Amino acid sequence: MSAVISFPRLETAASARRQAWTERLRLALRTPSLLVGAAVVLFWILCAIFAAKIAPYDPLQPDILHKLLPPSAAHRFGTDGLGRDVLSRVIFGSRGILVAAPLATLLGTVGGTAIGLVAGYFRGLVEEVLMRITDAFLALPTIVTALLVLAAVGGSTTTVILVIGLGFAPIIARTVRAAVLSEAQLEYVEAAKLRQERAPYVMFVEILPNVMGPVLVEFTVRLGYAVFAIATLSFLGFGIPPPAPDWGLTIAEQYTYLIANLWWPVLFPALAIASVVIAVNLFADGLSQVLER
Amino acid sequence: MSEKLGAAQTPALQVTDLKLSYRVRGRDREAIRGVTFTINRGESYGLVGESGCGKSTVAYAAMRYLPSNGKITSGTIVLDGRDMLAMDGDELRQLRAKAVSMVYQNPGTALNPTIRVGDQLVESFVTAGVHRHEAGERALAMLRQVQISDPTGVMSRYAHQLSGGMQQRVVIAMALASDPTLLILDEPTTGLDATVEAEVLDLIRNLRATFGTSVLFISHNLGVIARMCDRVGVLYAGRMVEEGPAWELLTNPRHPYTVGLLRCIPRWGLSKELGALDTIPGFPPGIGAAVKGCVFADRCGLVQDICRTKEPGLDPVGEGHASRCHFSDIAQTLPSAERDMVPRPPVPETGRSALSIHNLRRTMRQQGSSFQALAGIDLEIAPGEVFGLVGESGSGKTTLARSVVGLGAPDAGSEISLEGKPLPAKVGQRSRDQVRAIQIVFQNPDASLNRRHAVRQILGRALTKLTGVHGEQRARRVVELSESVRLDAALLDALPRQLSGGLKQRVGIARAFAGEPHLVICDEPTSALDVSVQAAILNLLVRLQRDRNLSYIFISHDLGVVRYISDRIGVLYLGRLMEVGPADVVFRAPHHPYTEALLSAAPSLEVREEHRIRLSGDVPSAAKPPSGCVFHTRCPRKTGAICEQEQPPLAEEEPGHFIRCHIPIEELRRLQKPEAAKEAG
Repeated sequence: MSAVISFPRLETAASARRQAWTERLRLALRTPSLLVGAAVVLFWILCAIFAAKIAPYDPLQPDILHKLLPPSAAHRFGTDGLGRDVLSRVIFGSRGILVAAPLATLLGTVGGTAIGLVAGYFRGLVEEVLMRITDAFLALPTIVTALLVLAAVGGSTTTVILVIGLGFAPIIARTVRAAVLSEAQLEYVEAAKLRQERAPYVMFVEILPNVMGPVLVEFTVRLGYAVFAIATLSFLGFGIPPPAPDWGLTIAEQYTYLIANLWWPVLFPALAIASVVIAVNLFADGLSQVLER
Repeated sequence: MSEKLGAAQTPALQVTDLKLSYRVRGRDREAIRGVTFTINRGESYGLVGESGCGKSTVAYAAMRYLPSNGKITSGTIVLDGRDMLAMDGDELRQLRAKAVSMVYQNPGTALNPTIRVGDQLVESFVTAGVHRHEAGERALAMLRQVQISDPTGVMSRYAHQLSGGMQQRVVIAMALASDPTLLILDEPTTGLDATVEAEVLDLIRNLRATFGTSVLFISHNLGVIARMCDRVGVLYAGRMVEEGPAWELLTNPRHPYTVGLLRCIPRWGLSKELGALDTIPGFPPGIGAAVKGCVFADRCGLVQDICRTKEPGLDPVGEGHASRCHFSDIAQTLPSAERDMVPRPPVPETGRSALSIHNLRRTMRQQGSSFQALAGIDLEIAPGEVFGLVGESGSGKTTLARSVVGLGAPDAGSEISLEGKPLPAKVGQRSRDQVRAIQIVFQNPDASLNRRHAVRQILGRALTKLTGVHGEQRARRVVELSESVRLDAALLDALPRQLSGGLKQRVGIARAFAGEPHLVICDEPTSALDVSVQAAILNLLVRLQRDRNLSYIFISHDLGVVRYISDRIGVLYLGRLMEVGPADVVFRAPHHPYTEALLSAAPSLEVREEHRIRLSGDVPSAAKPPSGCVFHTRCPRKTGAICEQEQPPLAEEEPGHFIRCHIPIEELRRLQKPEAAKEAG
């Protein structure tokens, strides 16, 4: 409804700009999902940074005499099959995933955004070729492809990041292309052509800032998937090699104890994965709400 | 019908002291600051005012259909004798289904694109309580009543298969399905072409006579209001500032705001030689702004101390005419806000041509079929000349503009030359000098300015690319450029969305002028703006053109605007120029029958209802242009078989005046005599 829109009195443009930012910030502070998501993610980031200070024990130190102890005052999350402190392992486990997942997502977002921009801006044959390749990649299930690649090249954090990143790029490329298609029809793009701007300038300086909204949202959504995918790969034994306290790996190592009703070595890492995935998704949800206003 | 007559005493809508606020950023901001008005049975009431004054909000409030952040804080709304504010959800739904209907501005989005038009129409009859068996027939009958061609066919079509005018007819048919007490029309013809608008307005008048429906008509176009309404209320900043019988109010306004609004409009026959248009300086108070005294005080040329301390009452100034002004008796002495009056008329240089277009053709492909958007245009534009281009949508105005600036290549054989030198078809192949010589001002500044770039960046980049300046020199030129369009340098760091529509368009104009162009194409540069802002932008364009003696191609669907700014005018129809000549000559009879119809369709404030020429039907598809004269299918002056068989040439009937018509000019002169009388009077 047009009547609702008022234009701000401008004392200075700078203050108006600041006002726009504080406005957005205030909107963010009133979006519960964004706040909850951000809080949980922040919690895990702090865990990862200060793991050495917070964790009560060395996560790698086995203690066979005290293996599989249930949660108690000494070991709040109990101990695992090798007598390692589960709490400490969960805290240290955040490190790997909180580095790998954002890097993989960033890689996929940057690559996908570039592909989407080029395809959406040039149209024609360029778009046709790029998007058909993208479609072909989309047809492959990420995890299965990742398994194949990791089996061929061997697992390491770097390869996991590369594989997940490349797997995400086509998905992001599609979203960005759709956004670029509608942007490229706007007259500011024609105005740029009318002063003979080169294509890279039009794509990256004119169009890109206007599609950053969808790109950001897509980034956060993918981040949740990345956490999940990396944990899955570790669980399947194709990620970070043992004895790292990685969550997915830990679940894979310890899940046989579930039969004996020894739940704590598995439950806590599983909860950790779930909390990160859910938090990132909540954050993504809140972010898209804020940006859509 | 009988029920309505029985209830003749109760007004259709009675709004008393309505106050309404929107919750924005955690604070309630008052948008409607106390509005009172009554719409009697069978009456047509118009609400006018600039955007943001609360016209639509009042209309939505009348149905109690507000966004979730809108809240009515005080006042009463009585629709059809029933208190709207006391109703619960179910009662409201009933009332909305039966007693009140709304027609929106954009018929394209008011219809569901996935449901056949017929089914939607039947649905609205069923909602109104008609049995499903009958609803089909009733729907068909209603389509006949809204004078849609081929009603049976339309029933089975989808919205996108109908033209804008037909869509709006369907929406009106849906609105009338429940035989409502009150019909709210929110800018119902703003998106339509003048000829279609005229038809739709005629239709609404006729339907009102048939159904006896009361109408709340919202428009920013005072000409439309004059034609459609019995009484008019002028809203300003959520306050009713003047109210009265339509004709009386528009000819004898008694509030400075109304006076100012009326003066902003480029009237019939007014041209830039006769002086600058008046404007209303400043901005209306934003919603939620605290207003002490008169709401208009900050922008009023007659303001006195009392205006800032005490709000005037809505006092009677005549028969049913009231004005909220301490000085309503001298409102019409409002001093002109525009100081540089009567600029020196330019002397278009003769002999040389700024732009010459020869045999410009453009074939476009759309879903496999191809059509000629431009079918051989020949045109010469002199240095310092403003060439106005008019025509309905689909006539090829914008395609012509785009071909000239080099967006989209014309067909082989077309020639465009700039100052005698041939111009490459695509902008990418042109030299920098050629690029900077021809620039364009786009219609919609929201789309033509990058939302993420500050004004400084927008102007600076244009300067760099077009003139090659850098660093400090560029910074200085940016300031000069913004000053030349009267844009405060303090706004250079603002983003476009922080600027009002008029300021945004100034940025668009400044960008076009960055490279000191010789020819600027203005593609409907004011059609997205309010009249007061439009006047200021037109004055600016005229001044820039005078100071630099450059040429414009000025495209607009608003004939008053084109007449005001142009030296010469070309009338385009289906990609062909039908008439070309000096502005005053084209607007004065004799002219091409199509020009005649366009002029007749334009809603104006000067002409009360008299004989009008109406074009029936829509513009034919350019993919299958009619044989012979392309206008013969709609021409009210078609003479016979020759019009269907032979395309008339664009012949010079008088010196400098070209008409593409088989009818000899003397005959046209005789036929169009009453028009000539009107123009003189």
